Amino acid sequence: MSTTTPTTTRLQIPTPLRSFTGGNATVAVTGDTAGAAIANLVEQFPDLKQHLYDDEGTLRSFVNVYVNDDDIRYLDGPDTRLGSDDTLSIVPAVAGG
Amino acid sequence: MMPTTRSRPATSPIRPLQPALHDADVVRQIGQTPLIDLTPLAPRRKPGVCVLGKAEFMNPGGSVKDRPALRMVQEGLQSGALRDGRTLIDATSGNTGIAYAMLGAALGFPVTLALPANASDERKHLLRIYGADLILTDPMESTDGAQREVKERVAAEPDRYFYPDQYNNHANWRAHYDGTGVEILEQTEGAVTHFVTGLGTTGTFVGVSRRLKEANPDVRCVSLQPDSPLHGLEGLKHLPTALVPGIYDADLADDNLHVTTEAAQAMTRRLARELGVLVGVSGGANVAGALRVAETLETGTVVTILCDTGMRYLSEDFWNQAA
Repeated sequence: MSTTTPTTTRLQIPTPLRSFTGGNATVAVTGDTAGAAIANLVEQFPDLKQHLYDDEGTLRSFVNVYVNDDDIRYLDGPDTRLGSDDTLSIVPAVAGG
Repeated sequence: MMPTTRSRPATSPIRPLQPALHDADVVRQIGQTPLIDLTPLAPRRKPGVCVLGKAEFMNPGGSVKDRPALRMVQEGLQSGALRDGRTLIDATSGNTGIAYAMLGAALGFPVTLALPANASDERKHLLRIYGADLILTDPMESTDGAQREVKERVAAEPDRYFYPDQYNNHANWRAHYDGTGVEILEQTEGAVTHFVTGLGTTGTFVGVSRRLKEANPDVRCVSLQPDSPLHGLEGLKHLPTALVPGIYDADLADDNLHVTTEAAQAMTRRLARELGVLVGVSGGANVAGALRVAETLETGTVVTILCDTGMRYLSEDFWNQAA
């Protein structure tokens, strides 16, 4: 039985999605893994769901999630563990020109 | 992000574009790209409908951006804004930068480019091979952050730089008005009825649409955007959440389509596997949009743009998905 509090992490929101987070560039999210932290973000801001998840509820394949400077695709994917000193980021595509 | 600083060998004076230019120069190979028949990708089309893709990936720099880059450089040389001792600087997600860097190498001027640090490794590598200096900007701010970085540097040292500002330079869309648009009219012998393309700087859409509508006001021009502010369509902009380019003219669009990243990636794979046409995902988005338009028609000729070569995205995961 675990009695530890879930990890709280700073999640950086890219400019194009800040209209969904009340203009905030960072949001405090809880979760011990990257996947749980993103799920917590969507619980806080449900309108983000369609932009981050497909109809089956999995993270859309092009959504780039980084823990500090590392793409979670090259770590353990959504199961990548988070520590309280980590910074999580959703990184946008390179747009236009 | 740490800006990348490299010393560049001392450049010889800028070589004049005219009249020394001759047919063997790389810049003379820009434009006059073929139209490729994409109709086999649309089995549900009516018999009188065809879909054609302008093979812009066959430009020497590998993308449609060779055209506006050349035009902006030409106008800079003519006005004197680009002259010996000046460095071309601009913000770019890659393809315009590759074109600038190629032109800088061919014509003898230094090039500095600001781009988000998460632009593909192939692109960054290519830019360095051509000899450009790179300023890598915050990925969280996409190309908007790169634009801000360039504006700050130019404001601090205006005499050092030639800043074409592709998002706000009318030479961008004029390259397509005088080039791409004219070629489409000639190659289809005026039969084009629909033009479909995605919005990035918006130069291709604005320039081609203006020319086609001038030739035939009945031509319908359809612009295309990612369906979501967060997308994987490198090169395209979701305009409601981005800095809108100054050259954009929304009135030219008879319709506006939204394309999902997944649909664009799937079409990019189909182009490679079913037609042997290897393009990047923005070209896939354009073809997905063009086929949607084509399937609504009784008769017509739909033209779209195959923006860049798929060789530039080989490290991306989406190639490996089934179907």
